[in-house]
Amino acid sequence: MNCIELKNLQSTKLLEIPSLKVNDFRDDLIKKIKGGNRLVQLFGDKNSERIVIYAITADDNVAQLSINSTQLMPNDVYQSITPEIPSAHLFEREIYEQYGIKPEGHPWLKPLRKGIAGIDNTETPYDFFSMSGDEIHEVGVGPIHAGIIEPGYFRFSCHGEKVYYLEIKLGFQHRGVEELFIKNNSPIYIEKLSESIAGDTVIGHSGTFVSAFESLAGISVSYRVKLIRAIALELERIAVHLGDLSALSTDIAYLTGNAVFSALRTKVINTTMAICGNRFGRGLNKIGGVNFDITLEQTNGLLMMLNKLDDETALASEVLFSSASVLERFEKTGIVESEVAQEIGMVGPAARASGISIDIRSDHPSGVYEYYPHYKLTLNSGDVFARAYIRFVEIRQSIRIIKEQLKNLSGGVLKQELTELKKESLVVSLTEGWRGEIAHTIITGKEGKIKRIKIKDPSFNNWFGLSIAMRDEAISDFPICNKSFNLSYCGFDL
Amino acid sequence: MLDLIKLIRQHGYQAIRDIRSAKPVNKHRGFPVINEAKYAGNWQDIIELCPANAITKNPLTVDMGKCIFCGECEKISSGAIKFINEVKLSAVNREELFITSEIDYIKYSVAAVKSQKEIHKLFGRSLKLRQVSAGGCNGCEMELAACSNVNFDIGRFGIEFTASPRHADGIVFTGPFSKNMVPALLDAYKSISDPKIIIAVGACAISGGLFAESEQLNREILEGIKIDLFVPGCPPHPLVFINAVLDLLGIK
Repeated sequence: MNCIELKNLQSTKLLEIPSLKVNDFRDDLIKKIKGGNRLVQLFGDKNSERIVIYAITADDNVAQLSINSTQLMPNDVYQSITPEIPSAHLFEREIYEQYGIKPEGHPWLKPLRKGIAGIDNTETPYDFFSMSGDEIHEVGVGPIHAGIIEPGYFRFSCHGEKVYYLEIKLGFQHRGVEELFIKNNSPIYIEKLSESIAGDTVIGHSGTFVSAFESLAGISVSYRVKLIRAIALELERIAVHLGDLSALSTDIAYLTGNAVFSALRTKVINTTMAICGNRFGRGLNKIGGVNFDITLEQTNGLLMMLNKLDDETALASEVLFSSASVLERFEKTGIVESEVAQEIGMVGPAARASGISIDIRSDHPSGVYEYYPHYKLTLNSGDVFARAYIRFVEIRQSIRIIKEQLKNLSGGVLKQELTELKKESLVVSLTEGWRGEIAHTIITGKEGKIKRIKIKDPSFNNWFGLSIAMRDEAISDFPICNKSFNLSYCGFDL
Repeated sequence: MLDLIKLIRQHGYQAIRDIRSAKPVNKHRGFPVINEAKYAGNWQDIIELCPANAITKNPLTVDMGKCIFCGECEKISSGAIKFINEVKLSAVNREELFITSEIDYIKYSVAAVKSQKEIHKLFGRSLKLRQVSAGGCNGCEMELAACSNVNFDIGRFGIEFTASPRHADGIVFTGPFSKNMVPALLDAYKSISDPKIIIAVGACAISGGLFAESEQLNREILEGIKIDLFVPGCPPHPLVFINAVLDLLGIK
C-alpha cells in the first residue's frame, strides 16, 4: 500500500502513514487526481531537520481520504506537480515559502503571504504578470478597498474596459494563526482562536477544529451536541447567504434587494445571538460539547422565525430574480466553466454553481449529517447568476434541515470532560462551511500536544476561480463577480 | 410589480427608532460587573483560564481592552464576574477599560466617553470615517458595516464610512496590526487631514486580542498615534459602536 485510507475525523498513528520517495509520491498524487480524486491538502511539517510533506486526497464517491507522505530537506528541489495538477499550485507555493523546498518547473512561484515592495519598502519586489501594447493599461486596486472589508491587492491587465487578466496578491492579513495554535496549547485559548480564523465562518471553523480535537482525544459527543452544532452551522450559512444576496443587490444598485436581504440577515444573526450571546456564534462550540443549549421555548421561537423567513426569502428572491435589470447584470457574467472549476479545485457553492457535485455534508458526512440524507444541489451555468441563485436555493434547503433537526432534539449531555490527546497521531476534519470545504489537519507530537495544524479555508481553493471568472469581462463587472464568490482574506492569509 | 409592492410592505419599517435606548438580544455579553467578595475559589484558576489574559488580581480587574467577552470566567466565578447586557462599553482613555469592583455600570457609562465642545462643533453634524483592517478576522468589519444597514442606520446622524481617506475626518482601526498591512495603514492614516478622530474597534485593535503573542504583528507604530476612542468587544455589537461615537460627538 502506498497510502493509508481514512474517513473524515478518523485518526491514525503517524507511523502508519506510508512515506514514499519524492518521485513516487509525485507520481502517486498525479495518478490519484487524474483518476478523479480531489486534492484536499498538501503541506509540510518540520520534523527535526527534515520536512515531512503530507498529501491528503479525497475520493468523494466513497467518502474516503487517502494520506501519504514524503521526506525532504529544507532547500531541496523536486519536480513541480502543478503543471500536471493545477489545483496544487497554491499548496506548492506555500511549501516553498515556508520551508524553501523548491518545486522545479512551477509556473508561478511567487510569494504567497509575504509583504511586498511597493507597499512595504523593506520587502522584495513582487513580479506581477504584465501586459504591453497599444491602449493596454493596468489597474491596481488595494490593499485598502472602498468599503469596510479586509485588505488584498488586485491588479487588472486591461485593454479598454476588457480585463485580460486579474492577478490577486494576498497576505496582508497574515497574523500567524497556525503558529499561535502551537505556541499556546491551553484548550480554552485554542478553542477561541479557532473562532477567529475567519470571523464570518465562526461556527464552520470552530466546529471543524473542535471535532478534530475530540477525535484525537477519543471523545464522542452526544447527539444533542451534534444537533446544536449543525443547527448553528446552517444558521450561519443562511445568514451569510442572505448577506451576500444583499451585497450583490447593492453592487448592481438594486436597493430594494439591499435593504430587504440585509434586514432578513439581521433576524437570523439575532437568532444565533439569542442562543449563544453573539451574533456570529462565538462562544457556542467548545472542545467536548457546546456551551449553550437550545431550550424548548427557543425551539418554538426558531421554528416560527424560520417559517416566516422561508416565505419572506421566497418573495424577496422572486422579485430579485425576475427583474430584467438584475438578470441583465447577473446572467453570463463571470463564467467559470465546469472543467476549469474542477481542474483548479474549486469547492462549495461556487463549484456547485459550475455544475460540480461536491458537498462535504453528503460526500464525507460527520455529526448529524451521518444520519440525515443530504441532497447536493447544483446549477450549470457557472455565472454570477448561478452563484447568486444557488445561495437562494441553499438558504431554503438549510431552513428545511434545521426544521427537521429541531424535531429530533433529544436529551444528552452538553459537555464532556477533556482527556489526553493521542500521541504522534494525525486527524483530518472536514466540514461544509457556507463557503465550502473547510479542512483542518492536526498532528500531535510525543507529549500528546498539537505539533502542527494545517488550516484550509475554502477561499484557498476559490480565489483563483475569481481570477478565471474575470477573464474577458468588463472591469466594471468586478464588484459583482467578487461578491458572487465572497471570499475570505484572513482565512487565506491565516 | 405587484410582488415588489408586496415585498416592500412585508419589509415595512426596519430601523430601530430609538437607538439610544435600544439593547441587543438578552444573552449579549456586555459590561463586566465585578463583585470580588463573592469569589471563594483560587484566583490563579480564573486568571489562567482567561484566553485573552484580560484578568488580573489585587484588586480583581477585567481589562475590557483585552477581553473577548467569551464569558468563560463568568461560569467559574460564582458571581464575582458577571457580563450584563449593556452597550456603553467604550472609553476615551485606555486606563478606563480596566474594570474593578469599584466601578459600576451607571457611573462608567456616563463618564467613560464625554464629548468635548470642539469635537461637537466640528463633527457633531457630519462625521465621515475611513475604516482600515489590519489583520482583522472580518468580525469587527462586518459589525461596522452593519452600523450603516437598514436596522441601525447610523447615517441618520450624519455618520458615514467613506471610500477614500481624503474624504474622511477620522479613521477606524480593526485587527491586531499585521506587519504586512501596517505600511498601507499608515498611508491611509497620513492621508487624512488634521484634526482627525482615531477610533480603535475590537480587542485586536486595542491590545492585540487573541493574537497579542504573534510575531507577525507590528504594534509599535501605535506609539506615535493617539487613539481618541476605544470600542471594546470581539466583535463589538453595532449598538456599542454607535453609542460610543454618538457620545463622543455629543449627540443626544
